[in-house]
Amino acid sequence: MKKEEIPQDESALNKLTKEVCYAVDGSGNYTTQLSTGWEVKAKALDIAWTDIEERIASAKQKVLNNEASPLLFFIEYRLMDVPIVAGYTGFWKWQVKNHLKPDAFKKLSEKKLQRYAEAFNVSVEELKTMNIDNSK
Amino acid sequence: MKVDFEHLQSAHCENGVTTNLLKGVGVNQITEPLAFGIGSGLFFIYIPFLKINKGPAIAFRTQPGLIFNRTCKSLGIPVIRKKFSSKEEAQKVLDECLQSGRPVGCQVGVFYLTYFPKEYRFHFNAHNIIVFGKEEDNYLISDPVMETTTLLSSYELERVRFAKGALAPKGQLYYPKENRMVSQEQIKNAIKTGIKRNVRDMLYIPGSIAGVSGIKYIGKKIKKWRDKLGLHDAGLYLAQLVRMQEEIGTGGGGFRYIYGAFLQQAHAYHPNDDLLEISKTFTKAGDMWRNAAIQSAGIYKGRLTTQADFNQLGDYLIEISEVEKEAFKSLSKIKWH
Repeated sequence: MKKEEIPQDESALNKLTKEVCYAVDGSGNYTTQLSTGWEVKAKALDIAWTDIEERIASAKQKVLNNEASPLLFFIEYRLMDVPIVAGYTGFWKWQVKNHLKPDAFKKLSEKKLQRYAEAFNVSVEELKTMNIDNSK
Repeated sequence: MKVDFEHLQSAHCENGVTTNLLKGVGVNQITEPLAFGIGSGLFFIYIPFLKINKGPAIAFRTQPGLIFNRTCKSLGIPVIRKKFSSKEEAQKVLDECLQSGRPVGCQVGVFYLTYFPKEYRFHFNAHNIIVFGKEEDNYLISDPVMETTTLLSSYELERVRFAKGALAPKGQLYYPKENRMVSQEQIKNAIKTGIKRNVRDMLYIPGSIAGVSGIKYIGKKIKKWRDKLGLHDAGLYLAQLVRMQEEIGTGGGGFRYIYGAFLQQAHAYHPNDDLLEISKTFTKAGDMWRNAAIQSAGIYKGRLTTQADFNQLGDYLIEISEVEKEAFKSLSKIKWH
């Protein structure tokens, strides 16, 4: 890639920083230049997020239909899976799987709910109701 | 408390941590490309039976932690690396290092890394940052992929040091043990070792999923993705491939450009013009990876939909595999003096 070909497209990265790219200058020597992003990869990130949003919506519907506990919604919302949740909460994987059932979830003590709430970075109230503050 | 430390932005986090920590112990000659090349950073692997974020597990670089360890070892610099089971102990050791005036490398997860934009926060646990001071409850953070330094509260730092999931950092911290002078001769030898090891990893690693044969392997697989996964999921898989290849940290072209830069810098230590020619081949490989990304984007944007489009992409990756194979074969034939 030539230095002048480094793309300077819009991307979510701009909220944080510009990134270092390597490219060759007119005499063929490698140099670095900052880039604001590349449309090709911005789109790749977009479609990954569209897929996540769809999974979150479908999980929410399952909870509302009483087919799963709010845990399922938060697992998708926080891009986790059962092993990651087990890691953050200290529960065994089979316990987490069990708590995915609405009835088992309803019987959880305040203390156990607190462990889930902390893993998902929400309050216990938010955990139960799925009404979350999106800024967190 | 603030340690004497200079923040320098780099493309890749581990390269950046390595070069910046080495500067801290008086080794000023190591640039990002040199760290990457001496650490034999270039790689490719596609693990078909493993899923990451519901997509394929693909990497364009070597295993996390190796670049720092190998570079320091090659230069004769002893490394301290510690993992912790206790969060209190992890913080205590970090604070002691800072008190003794030492900047420290930390492996962290990015999901709860508060200064990252939400779009970039996945459960990726092999990010590297340097902690170089503490003011009240805030730690001073040098994240090498960022233009400027930043802050994390002690809770925020503890959370990312103890992120959970694959490659969980377990509070891991590391630093070069002591100040050392590094000679021209040591760097020359380190470059040679780094290149030879990279030749071995890319050409001779056993099995078909890694090295140049791994690129050929995924090329063949991609041709089957349309039928096997359907257009929608095949698009998601290709998007993941492009992100691993081009996202922040790669320097573009799946680290191939950084490697090209490394070979040019290696030439300053080993004046063999073959290195410059082979550098051009890596530039070409990087360009080809970027072309492949554009073709992939055509698919995940829904513009390219036919089997012929998938075949074209798969064949192109097989071509890249050949280009890189030739490049590494040429490197293996270099006469070192």
